[in-house]
Amino acid sequence: MIENLIFSLLLILAVLLFTKNVRRISQDILMGKKAQINDRKPQRWKTMARVAIGQSKMGSRPVSAILHIFVYVGFIVINIEMLEILIDGVFGTHRILAFLGSIYPVLISVFEILAFLVILGCVIFLIRRNILKIPRFWNKEMTTWPRSDANIILVTEILLMSSILIMNAADGLLQQSGHSHYAAVGPFLISDMMQPWFAGMSEGALVNLERASWWFHIIGVFIFLNYIPYSKHFHIFLSFPNVWYSKLDPLGKMDNMPAITNEVKMMLDPASAQETPSGDEEDIGSFGAKEVTDLTWKHLMDAYTCTECGRCTSSCPANITGKKLSPRKIVMDVRDRIEEAGVLMRKQGKDAVDDKSLFDRITEEELWACTTCNACTYECPVNIDPLAVILELRRYLVMEQASAPGEINATFSNIENNGAPWQFSHEDRVDWATK
Amino acid sequence: MAEKEKMQVPVMADLAAAGKKPEFLFWVGCAGAFDDRYKKVTRAFASVLNHLKTDYAVLGTEETCTGDPARRAGNEMLFQMQALQLIELFDAYEVKKIITICPHCFNVFKNEYPELGGNYEVISYVDFLENALENGSLKPNMEHFKGVRITYHDPCYLARANDIIEPPRNILNLLGGEVVEMERNKYYALCCGAGGGQMFKEAEKGDKEVFLERTEEALKTDPAVIASACPFCMVMLTDGLKYKNREEEIKNYDIAELIALALGKN
Repeated sequence: MIENLIFSLLLILAVLLFTKNVRRISQDILMGKKAQINDRKPQRWKTMARVAIGQSKMGSRPVSAILHIFVYVGFIVINIEMLEILIDGVFGTHRILAFLGSIYPVLISVFEILAFLVILGCVIFLIRRNILKIPRFWNKEMTTWPRSDANIILVTEILLMSSILIMNAADGLLQQSGHSHYAAVGPFLISDMMQPWFAGMSEGALVNLERASWWFHIIGVFIFLNYIPYSKHFHIFLSFPNVWYSKLDPLGKMDNMPAITNEVKMMLDPASAQETPSGDEEDIGSFGAKEVTDLTWKHLMDAYTCTECGRCTSSCPANITGKKLSPRKIVMDVRDRIEEAGVLMRKQGKDAVDDKSLFDRITEEELWACTTCNACTYECPVNIDPLAVILELRRYLVMEQASAPGEINATFSNIENNGAPWQFSHEDRVDWATK
Repeated sequence: MAEKEKMQVPVMADLAAAGKKPEFLFWVGCAGAFDDRYKKVTRAFASVLNHLKTDYAVLGTEETCTGDPARRAGNEMLFQMQALQLIELFDAYEVKKIITICPHCFNVFKNEYPELGGNYEVISYVDFLENALENGSLKPNMEHFKGVRITYHDPCYLARANDIIEPPRNILNLLGGEVVEMERNKYYALCCGAGGGQMFKEAEKGDKEVFLERTEEALKTDPAVIASACPFCMVMLTDGLKYKNREEEIKNYDIAELIALALGKN
């Protein structure tokens, strides 16, 4: 049948396009520096189960946590319904899973409850963003596109879920009317209550409504699937691996720079350092990060995982007190720069460079406002580490550009000369015992 | 006030000269050594160590910066210079256990020195004190702070950074204090504003100082004492109280001082 053919073609097209998009993002992420993150596997699986699957870090803000659970569980469970739609679409069957007998209406009713909760969640989310204007959705970095992106996602989800319910309501009416194509497989919990809305319609109109809803839903899903890779909504895929690969050490631990250890050893004791091999004879390159290629692939994955919820920024002491620093902006800036660099890479090859860097987006003022308090990393529901990026950028500023606030430079020389961040003599170090 | 008598504080080099190796190195830290307010905390903790007859020593004039502020301000080179030299010194004295007051020193020893070859048992004084209270070796006056409203400000590098959340609260409870929590507490505590090198520079332009935001939050609990466990937090919160003209009625104490007070020291 022509319909099945069209459906199959659309399905193949959607999957191919999505694959292409995913490949683009993975190429982008792999622009980052190598980093081996596969130790402590049992702990990684446990962390993923708890934080990503179990959403353990969402709970600190209960309202959004509950609403998010609606959407999250709905998304996962209603995918079983997608299976039925796909089989029906390819083979021209109708409600293929109805062979499950009396379980079927229960299954569909569960989907319907979830669809209703997804709609409820998304409506409240829209209200929170656009009417209540919760501040974290309106920070400076939340410009037109990030705000629209969020609204597009929410409205799409409402439309997709509504079409399922309308489809089922029309189907239910057709089942009752004894239409030959619509075997009685109901009742369905939520859509049955919607039947009165469509009760006056002719059989033909109901068939059209049912078919139109079915097509609307599936084409909507295909389009949405290929919208997601261009959207913050990509977190639905990356959250899980991102948490798996997340930092398992205490939050206070900063990444080491082994390249520097050898240099320092050489300065302190030239003889001993030469004996110790420096590992790979890899070019040390520059210190810290100026460009996305100076960050590790995990930092770049962080950037693509961010769904711009703003919990980090709303807990950042600098941001709360009106400073320019916003951890979410840092993460978004990294992502936007990766995308820009990725386009260049695909056009002009791997070593292509333009005259831009992360510092065209992130100012020194933002970076120096950070207290390294880890509020942002602790808050992030998907274990993104904005602090690591801030510190890598500071390393570049200090070690490559010698660009730090004057007082910080003074602190450095105090440490160097007096062994303390202040200008005191080490001779006075035990004065506290006297007075 | 009369000149305080000199405390007996064992110094590593002296002990080494006498062929002795103390069990603990008490790491004082730069703020503990040089900040006038925090020197009192160092004295308080040392008096507890002496009271417990702990086998410890300080490095004295040999102590230097751990390099932590340099590292967090981006100067990895300077950090590693400091760290590698200190590790050499610790090796020379065969240091095995380090007790720290400053959470920043604690964090860097515990989490960051191992990768540079410095492996020690690093103990925060908060854990050390809690342990001494719980095993009964330290018997302060449990009534000393009875009914006194105390709010505890979590230092970032103890709480979020290293999961030391309950020990300071246990200590306050054991001392009989009425512990009241600020709105943002424990893992969600607001920074005092001094971390990451901020202690040594003016803050970036904004609407407000972080230390004021935090002080105001502390004041909302209507405390008699604001307790903390970090030299930088101490500076910030003391400044906050002064700024708010509340420094007469509300005291800013470190955990170690509260114990020393309950022991009748100081």
